Amino acid sequence: MIAQRVALSLLILFAVSVVIFVGTEILPGDVAQNILGQTATPEALANLREKMGLNEPALSRYLSWLGGLLQGDLGVALTNGRDIAESLISRFGNTLFLAAVAAIMSVPLAIFLGLVAVRYRDRWPDKVISAATLTSISLPEFFIGYLLMLFFAVKFPAFPSVASVYDGMGFLARLHAVALPAFALTLVVLAHMMRMTRAAVLNVMESPFIETAELKGLSSFKVIYRHALPNAIAPIVNVVMLNMAYLIVGVVVIEVIFVYPGLGQYLVDHVAKRDVPVVQAAGLIFAVIFIGLNLIADITALLSNPRLRHPK
Amino acid sequence: MKLSIPLSALFGIAVTVTIVGVAVLAPWIAPYSMSEIVGEVWEPMSTTHLLGTDTLGRDLLSRLMFGARTTLWIAALATMISFCLGTFLGLAAAVFGGWIDQVLSRLVDLVMAIPTLILALVILSVLAPSLTTLILVMGLLDSTRVFRLTRSVGHDIVVMDYVEAAVLRGEGRLWIIFREILPNALSPLIAELGLRFIFMVLFLSALSFLGLGIQPPEADWGGMVKENKDGIVFGIPAALIPAAAIAVLAISVNLIADWVLKRTSSLKGGQNV
Repeated sequence: MIAQRVALSLLILFAVSVVIFVGTEILPGDVAQNILGQTATPEALANLREKMGLNEPALSRYLSWLGGLLQGDLGVALTNGRDIAESLISRFGNTLFLAAVAAIMSVPLAIFLGLVAVRYRDRWPDKVISAATLTSISLPEFFIGYLLMLFFAVKFPAFPSVASVYDGMGFLARLHAVALPAFALTLVVLAHMMRMTRAAVLNVMESPFIETAELKGLSSFKVIYRHALPNAIAPIVNVVMLNMAYLIVGVVVIEVIFVYPGLGQYLVDHVAKRDVPVVQAAGLIFAVIFIGLNLIADITALLSNPRLRHPK
Repeated sequence: MKLSIPLSALFGIAVTVTIVGVAVLAPWIAPYSMSEIVGEVWEPMSTTHLLGTDTLGRDLLSRLMFGARTTLWIAALATMISFCLGTFLGLAAAVFGGWIDQVLSRLVDLVMAIPTLILALVILSVLAPSLTTLILVMGLLDSTRVFRLTRSVGHDIVVMDYVEAAVLRGEGRLWIIFREILPNALSPLIAELGLRFIFMVLFLSALSFLGLGIQPPEADWGGMVKENKDGIVFGIPAALIPAAAIAVLAISVNLIADWVLKRTSSLKGGQNV
């Protein structure tokens, strides 16, 4: 089962690389023309096409791109001629750091609030929490981001408004720098994660063994903690993984807001400059993370459910 | 059946209607024109400029009203494309089954394996920026979600006796799709329509905010956030106003969709959705 699922993910990954390549190379619009602009001379265009290998057939270009990818060679950026893999790695590290801080804040909080909502189901704490989450699902990321910036960086300057980090920065200083973007990301994923945790635990709460536990007189928190939670672990892990995937993507807008030197900002910058090799590489990395986290979610679901592990 | 609308849904309907009304009437009720420079840069709220002025000294309230037109109109067009395409292909996949279903479903799986925003960025990096490409890209990417929903709803309906009766009567496939299945799949689809529309508004705003959606000088809510974002560090909240407008619209439509969903599920005895 698991091997099958991994193989399927690899197949999807391969297909995604084709989609990204086709999306950028075969769509109408000439890459060379886009880079040089409408006023470019025909000679300059021909030169650039030659240099980028645009005259070769698409299939051989795809194969050489894929071959390079597998060896960690992502090519060079068109705009500044720098090695893409090198710039990607440090920015990828920054993005992972930000995402990790946000995850450490949001996951325990979401699970705790989800359990509180279950304990006080249909009473005021549940209603307050679900109204708050419905609201925060509707808020655009930049509203949350700039609101936090206005209050915690400008009115009460506790944190920097621009999250600049550099090599050799201490851990605490780095933590202080990413506080606001991490907090914004937490708010972005918290609501989803909490709602799904609540639904997962409520689902378990309807089982007969919960009724037994209630009837033998256990306190309601103990019923949730000892009997419902262990059985809801699988769906909750699934929820967390799906939200981590969402978090990695939500990072794009948040990084632009706080001018954080991460992968998302790198991608957006180079989309605006039409730097196709960079866009392909960064887009593919986002897709790999997304697919990888979904794979982990599926595998944990498989592992934790004996009925799925041993299909009839 | 007596139609009783809960307070939250009434609120949602009222706000949504107001916003749409303002957008339609913008040229007549806006105090200034969209691009006229009428004051200093980032003037605070006053009686002449109810919401203050923006980064170039244009009236923020007028721009917000005209921006509502662009944002709502483009989001609506993209939703229409996404919905028509997604519903038609989804029902076709449910009715025909076989290889048509397989090809469409695997294709949708593939597109959904890449985060929507990332794929949109990748595609928009090569296409020349224009409204048509923007609407098409948004609509096509989003139709995958409508396809999934319609296909699963359609699957539940295809096995019903009345569909079989229609097949035995010798009705054509298209007749079955449009006359037997679509009317019965309509209520969950309408709730979904609201959610898709809001997703489009948020998606368009995010793209404009990143500088890849609507191009200036045209006003749209996401673009207005981008124009005014530099004021935040000086404590000027101009960027928050269009962002708040997006949030209010999103909450209102969500409240309506929530109510429609609850209503449909209680009609069906709580079994569905």
